[in-house]
Amino acid sequence: MKKNLGILGILLAVCVVASIFGDNFLTGYNLQNLTQRSALFGILALGASIVIVTGGIDLSIGSVVCLAGISVPWLLVEHEWSPWAVVPAVLAGSALIGLFHGLLITRLRLQPFLVTLCGLLLYRGIARWMTGDQSQGFQGEFDSVRALALARFPVGLETYSVPATVIPLVLLAVALAVFLRRTVWGRWLLATGRNESAARYSGIPTDRLVTGAYVACSLFAGLGGMLFIFDIGSAQPSDFGNFYELYAIAAAVLGGCSLRGGEASVVGVLLGAATLQVLRTAIILLGLSSQLEFAVIGAVLLVGVSADELVRRLRERRAERAAAP
Amino acid sequence: MNVDRPVLLSARGLGRRYAGVSALRGVDLDIRGGEVLAIVGENGAGKSTLLKLLSGVVAPSEGSLQVADADAGIALVHQELNLAENLDVAGNVFLGREPRTAGFLNLRAMHGDARRWLATVGLHIDPATPCGALPIAHRQLVEIAKALSANARILILDEPTSSLTAPEVERLLAIMADLRARGTAVVFVSHHLDEVLRIADRVLVLRDGAVTGTLARGDFDRSTLERLMVGRDLTPAARRAASTSARTTATRHPTIRLRADAVVTRHHRRRAVSLQVRAGEVVGLAGLVGSGRTELLESIAGIVPHGGRVCLDGGAVAAGAVARTRAGIALVPEDRARNGILADEPVSTNVSLAWIDRHSNRGRIDAPGERTLVRSVVDRVLLRPADPARTVRTLSGGNQQKTVLGRWIAVQPAVLLLDEPTRGVDVGARAEIHAEVRRLADAGAAVLFASSELEEVLMLADRVLVMHDGGIAGELALHEATEEAIMHLATGGAA
Repeated sequence: MKKNLGILGILLAVCVVASIFGDNFLTGYNLQNLTQRSALFGILALGASIVIVTGGIDLSIGSVVCLAGISVPWLLVEHEWSPWAVVPAVLAGSALIGLFHGLLITRLRLQPFLVTLCGLLLYRGIARWMTGDQSQGFQGEFDSVRALALARFPVGLETYSVPATVIPLVLLAVALAVFLRRTVWGRWLLATGRNESAARYSGIPTDRLVTGAYVACSLFAGLGGMLFIFDIGSAQPSDFGNFYELYAIAAAVLGGCSLRGGEASVVGVLLGAATLQVLRTAIILLGLSSQLEFAVIGAVLLVGVSADELVRRLRERRAERAAAP
Repeated sequence: MNVDRPVLLSARGLGRRYAGVSALRGVDLDIRGGEVLAIVGENGAGKSTLLKLLSGVVAPSEGSLQVADADAGIALVHQELNLAENLDVAGNVFLGREPRTAGFLNLRAMHGDARRWLATVGLHIDPATPCGALPIAHRQLVEIAKALSANARILILDEPTSSLTAPEVERLLAIMADLRARGTAVVFVSHHLDEVLRIADRVLVLRDGAVTGTLARGDFDRSTLERLMVGRDLTPAARRAASTSARTTATRHPTIRLRADAVVTRHHRRRAVSLQVRAGEVVGLAGLVGSGRTELLESIAGIVPHGGRVCLDGGAVAAGAVARTRAGIALVPEDRARNGILADEPVSTNVSLAWIDRHSNRGRIDAPGERTLVRSVVDRVLLRPADPARTVRTLSGGNQQKTVLGRWIAVQPAVLLLDEPTRGVDVGARAEIHAEVRRLADAGAAVLFASSELEEVLMLADRVLVMHDGGIAGELALHEATEEAIMHLATGGAA
């Protein structure tokens, strides 16, 4: 919980700075837009955090977003599939990608970084080849399906309504939190991240858990990709989802996930995802060059993790002094 | 003894303390050129400490160490070889002392010189071979060549034959004899008394950190050395046997709970191990380091793949740690930090790790049940402090070990395997851990434990199996199990 206070502080600080120096920050339109983007990136970040908990990494998230997202209009419009077939097919395909990663990592003992780096290149290439590198869009149709991302629920405010993407985000966040804190497999996943060998010696099916984590991560990325394309309507296979894995990983790390594994906070990850989106908006509202976006995010991430590490060491030293006789 | 040979190194009253505890004391020793000196002793007798002092890796905390000739180098070849596997043989021989021409490596000179030094140890291989591609025996010779090329007059070998095959041992002994003939002093540690008896000119025997004898050739034989290594007359087992003689009878343990049928481990492919442990019985697995005890326990626990079958109550158990654990086979591993604890988690998570799935409601953790269980385990093993929320990293070694043992107490295993159950554990906690193991056995578990400390084996075991070179060298009932008898089997003596 203490860790979440840190990231909450950063989020509030960025919001305060943005609302003081940017005129349009506190407008309903901007906040609604921020909620939508935070929810979409939040789904990706939750997926990334499941893999990071095991001590692994998934660099292919952005490419899975692209392949899954692009596939939806491609199947609906070009191949005239029914929406009832497209949504399950795309989700199943995403899960298969995760299974592929998981098996390579647990059976062949390949490094997660390497496997998912190849995935990053592979799925991007497939998406571009599959579509002939042509922009894919809904061409004004399929509004009933797109409502999954575009619907807005009024909450009694004139200019602000809650975007529909908040629903899957909340459902997934609650499910993940319950999974990690209340179920045997969640406990075992955390234990595997803490010390995979000790978990194995305790009779925990570590390989199956790690594989499951990669399946979940790619599934979340596939769902995210679908919601992204519903939201924006059309996208280019060459740039859709570029760097999204980095936003997801950065959000998870800002939210208190240790890349060493074994630590995660669902609330923290959501706050981390929101912080990054507020930061992106703030850069524009403050009139900074948008070319600085990556530099600013990189700097904030660096400051955040450095502060976290320093606090951790301080606490450890204090605990050691308390434990000494 | 070659009294006329020059003394290269002399130690007087040499000793070393670690954190106030004496690991070695009062060693008087002269090492002369052209002799082979063997150092023998039980595990923990102080052999490694002596080697480290002689080679200058650690400084003595008492006594003096004098080197006759400042140029006479001393080289230590570790048991775990320290070669850069990515470099070639020549690169390793001259590592840090590479011949250079105008700042660039002189590869021609390096390979030529390396070839000559390799020839002195009887190794005729291309100096451009990568070290990673060499078999262990060749790597060892490369290390010796490296030491000689650095002008070592005293060569110290720590258990040089522990991972060699019989012909390779022969070759190494021949090279040692050859070096002796050239005036080099060779000091070596070995658990194989046969080798010591064959090659050593003198033997230094250590026990509990002190020298119990320095014998010249002609004054030592196998039984003399074994007696000096062990040295106690009445063993703990004999004392305990008098009070609890009924315990070992088969009538007391009717069912055979654990049976290993021709188990072949990965490290000793040519040896098959068969053994059985009855319900309620505590069996000790004695043997020297590298004799295959850990591999055997990890095979039975399903951590590593193996040949043969493992049966529980007469039925074969499927392979893999998940199936074996579920069936009731539990292992307390040797390396607690790496394979035992979740250091950054509280005691409670560590203790309930294997228990939670057996008492969950369709995957949902029974939180109140978990709290009750952890509380009872913490009280039962006398954890100090008795705080389930305490992070395991901050506990002492003994309490960390109690936490790992507590994990299995929680599930009441049918078979409990322990690998070095009290390594790095203080005396008080050791007695408590022993009592807890005995309680689990009395509740019906079959217990099989490996220990390098003979005293622990004799204190805890109802029956002792002695391992040597990956196989079971012999079995000793409680009344036969003396430290001498175990050492005899463990060092390759006839059963």
